[in-house]
Amino acid sequence: MVPISYYLILSGILFACGVIGFLIKRNIITIFMSIELMLNGVNLSFVAFAAQWHHLSGQIFVFFVMVVAAAETAVGLAIIIAVFRTRETLNVDQVNLLKL
Amino acid sequence: MLHLVLFLVFGAICVAGAVNLLVQKHPIGSALSLVVVMASLAVEYLLLGAEFVAAVQVIVYAGAVMVLFVFVIMLLNAGEEELTKGSRVAVVLGVPGVLAGGLLVAWVLLRHSGEHTVSLGALPGYPKVIGQLLFHEFLLPFEVTSILVLIAILGAVFLASKPEATPRPTGKEN
Amino acid sequence: MLSLPVFIIASLIKIVLVIFVLLTAVAYTVWLERKVVGHMQNRWGPSRVGPFGLLQPLADGIKFLVKEDLTPPHVYRPLFIAAPMIAVVCALTSIAVIPFGTAITVFGYSIPMQITDIHIGLLVILGITSVGVYGVALAGWSSNSKYSLLGGLRASAQMVSYEICLGLSLVGVLIVSGSFSLREIVESQSGHFWGFIPKWNIFYGGQFVAFFIYLMAAYAETNRIPFDLPEAETELVAGYHTEYSAMKFAMFFMAEYANMITVASLATLLFLGGWSGPLFGPPLLQAILPTFWFVAKVFVFLFIYIWVRGTLPRFRYDQLMAFGWKFLFPLAIANLVVTALVVALFGTSRG
Repeated sequence: MVPISYYLILSGILFACGVIGFLIKRNIITIFMSIELMLNGVNLSFVAFAAQWHHLSGQIFVFFVMVVAAAETAVGLAIIIAVFRTRETLNVDQVNLLKL
Repeated sequence: MLHLVLFLVFGAICVAGAVNLLVQKHPIGSALSLVVVMASLAVEYLLLGAEFVAAVQVIVYAGAVMVLFVFVIMLLNAGEEELTKGSRVAVVLGVPGVLAGGLLVAWVLLRHSGEHTVSLGALPGYPKVIGQLLFHEFLLPFEVTSILVLIAILGAVFLASKPEATPRPTGKEN
Repeated sequence: MLSLPVFIIASLIKIVLVIFVLLTAVAYTVWLERKVVGHMQNRWGPSRVGPFGLLQPLADGIKFLVKEDLTPPHVYRPLFIAAPMIAVVCALTSIAVIPFGTAITVFGYSIPMQITDIHIGLLVILGITSVGVYGVALAGWSSNSKYSLLGGLRASAQMVSYEICLGLSLVGVLIVSGSFSLREIVESQSGHFWGFIPKWNIFYGGQFVAFFIYLMAAYAETNRIPFDLPEAETELVAGYHTEYSAMKFAMFFMAEYANMITVASLATLLFLGGWSGPLFGPPLLQAILPTFWFVAKVFVFLFIYIWVRGTLPRFRYDQLMAFGWKFLFPLAIANLVVTALVVALFGTSRG
């Protein structure tokens, strides 16, 4: 018997780590992975709430989040490959051609 | 008791993996620690009874999405990261900011979460029941996400294909 | 239901027994392959070490243990050491949900011949197969050599592509049997129709197309001929395990054959009726006959694997990927649609 807040705190820690990774990392792929970490944290809180209120739609929503994350990963990595082909770098600070 | 022990063990592995993702300099280390996070999250889902979701997490997330990440890191031969001025500023400002926000949320949660507890395997998510829900109540989102995946496939194939070499007009043409 | 201490002791004994049997089976599958391929090529195969070369696996094991474990200097060490471990662990873990026979009664407790029977048994095997791709990909990358990297990337792309066809071919079986649990799928194939033909999924469940898709996807998943371009000796030196020697190479070798055995067991469970077969004789014989039939069917499947290895030439990589995506994948979807239609119109015999 684990209090539900423990699951929510774990989910919050994962989400916070994702946000920190998004802010401090400079490699495009690592930034993308931090987004995936945030999505995973949110998934955990969905499943925890589904278990608390005995409503299966929490788990169904996790299923949809996973599908959307997979689609987003495919397109995002394709974009990263395209960016790498033209800019020859994966450092997000150097992809600044539109800067004034 | 068993539930608490298992939750703490796999929760610690999750947090260690997440922190390792931030600390690693090479993207391949971050990718592999993210795989560890996803695998231990699958165990956490199992502890809450969501067995189908846990299986899908391992098959789709840890077994396909992260393999794609590892592929791209290998293909692009991503090297170690370099710290720029912007990233140092972000570390100094961002980490304490996020931690403060996280502590605030945690404090609010602990104060207002009340006495709700969940037992081991609280809501069994059998594939049969999830399937029935997916195809009856959630049929529209299901079909829409399948179209979304189709669009993603088309987009990814187009974006990742090499640009066609335009034939240059040569001086001699017979 | 068993009490907790009995369950733990029974599970520990089962785990030790299954790992021992699996490792011996891996060693003797290597022997079987060398003998069969040898005879197909009109030579003897191993015949000097022990009668019929039966002690050859022992000699090979001693060789691998004693050989110098060379780690080239430019490899990325943590992943170089971890990759064969990942491959071997994934190959040996998926045996945990495979049922070998009906429940046997020991000391009054009825113990199922399976380490664990879970509702999502089939998904667990698919998940472990998906994670096994990491062993190959990381081995190729950490070896820091162009042959290994190319071989590793090709092998993992091939495995990921054919995993989809593998999974889709199994969905037809799921529709007919109605459950992910492997024990229930086998039990739904018991009985006979038309007098003597057993109700296996390949006959009565109408999954013969799915069986052939599964066969071909399994050959590609386990990187066997005709799909073994990533590790063929005449192609990329040896692909992703070029830089490995001694025990680490033996781990990759073991992982490949353990995957073969797992895939063969899954095929017998899902398509060939698992442990169903004629039962006769005294009760002691009847208790072990189901396991005997299971092992016999797995042996037939492994023999077909080795037979194909000795016979067919290998595909080129682009032919291989085109075959997987442009032929097998639409065929698997067509099989799924037809099975779903037939089950929706006529219902299954399982209700």
